[in-house]
Amino acid sequence: MSHEKVETNIGLMMILIVLVVSVGGLIEIIPLFFNKQTTEPVSGLKPYNSLQLAGRDIYVREGCYGCHSQMIRPFRAETERYGHYSLAGEFVYDRPFQWGSKRTGPDLQRVGGRYSDDWHRLHLTNPRLVVPESNMPAYPWLNENTIDGELIANKMRVLRMLNTPYTDDDIASAPESVKGKSEMDALIAYLQVLGTSVSARR
Amino acid sequence: MSVFWSAVVTLVILLNIIGCYLLIRWVAKPNKGEAKQGEVTGHVWDDNLKELNNPMPRWWLYMFYISIVWGVIYLLMYPGFANYPGLLGWTSDKKYSDEVAVANETYGPLYSKFAKTPLIELSENKEANLVGQRLFVNYCAQCHGSDARGSRGFPNLTDHEWIWGGSPENIKTSIADGRNAAMAAWESVLTPLQIGYLADHLMSLTGRKHKATDAQRGKALFANYCAACHQADATGNPLLGAPNLADKIWLYGASRNKIIESISKGRTGHMPAHKAFLGEDKVHILAAYVYSLSSH
Repeated sequence: MSHEKVETNIGLMMILIVLVVSVGGLIEIIPLFFNKQTTEPVSGLKPYNSLQLAGRDIYVREGCYGCHSQMIRPFRAETERYGHYSLAGEFVYDRPFQWGSKRTGPDLQRVGGRYSDDWHRLHLTNPRLVVPESNMPAYPWLNENTIDGELIANKMRVLRMLNTPYTDDDIASAPESVKGKSEMDALIAYLQVLGTSVSARR
Repeated sequence: MSVFWSAVVTLVILLNIIGCYLLIRWVAKPNKGEAKQGEVTGHVWDDNLKELNNPMPRWWLYMFYISIVWGVIYLLMYPGFANYPGLLGWTSDKKYSDEVAVANETYGPLYSKFAKTPLIELSENKEANLVGQRLFVNYCAQCHGSDARGSRGFPNLTDHEWIWGGSPENIKTSIADGRNAAMAAWESVLTPLQIGYLADHLMSLTGRKHKATDAQRGKALFANYCAACHQADATGNPLLGAPNLADKIWLYGASRNKIIESISKGRTGHMPAHKAFLGEDKVHILAAYVYSLSSH
């Protein structure tokens, strides 16, 4: 096949490009599906409960990943500040994971337990209330919106199809357990569980 | 990774390297019937633009071959072929622990040399306080502020009011093990009117504007409901983290409305524990630094 044939036939070129890219992608990705280090949860990791799961969706909705990573790299400069570096097995219930790629704010992978619930409530309502130097936007509306329990139960059903080990009881009790909770409560519940399955220092 | 997948990955890498070599060979070899070097290939476009047959310089070509050789050496030295550990025995885990070991050896003594110094003595040590300040800004400032004066709900560490006790040892315990305050929500027990009386009583203690008759009623309620934690004279109890209510420092706001809110809804101050994260030596230095803020 000569160059000319490929370069003058855009349909053929597209097919060949897709072929090349997918072979490259599949070769890189598929072996990981069979790698225990990436597919099995670290010991102590629990699936998000209904409130935490709702909070995770708010984290995604508000685009927190745009400024916050959830990926502590194995460098001392990072582990001194954030705690133990991230392990692949910590993210098996994250669909998709929130590693992010930009740190305008700090990494949040081990923010769970670092601050009190009250601190998060103030900080999310208006970050300047607790950190005067902060340039993070305020999210006051989280206090006003409430969580839809049926929606969360449905999401848990879908996640169970993807092998997240939710029991029937977890799903049945989901609407009740998030009843009357605000989006703020949910997001804080999510933040407070982040990274807590691995101790801060090894 | 299983042996099978390790083999697959290794095979793909090897095929890739061979593929690169063949690609370069194929591109570099003259094709049958092509124009001679420096002559027109016959490809004309945009009216009069012509393509000449100018192969890339040899040295450039050799660079491609050299980089293939370099790549193979690299993959052999480092764990390049799936499960194969590499000749250097490099792992990211080991690189990290080596880095930490070196740092601990270098910086560890800077912290540990103060570990035996009593806190009060250490709080007057300039060098220790500089170290402490750095640690404070890194790990404490998010809640207590970079000047340690706190904000609403987060105690000022530079004054003389200490909810959990202001001795150096108490401060150290607060940092190391954290603190959990639990002020109950009284709205289910007391009526809004009664809570208002209590607020008036508390405001009377520091001579602020209040209704005398209401404050009198509040005083009786205080003895019944509040004195168990806050003491009969409202000076608080550091063992329970019950703050002194008879002074002018109000962690959650001093206005009548804020006082009523605190009584109605309760307060749950929470200081996270830091011993596991920072380690004993750093907590020791931090405690001395925090103590120095209010003692000097």
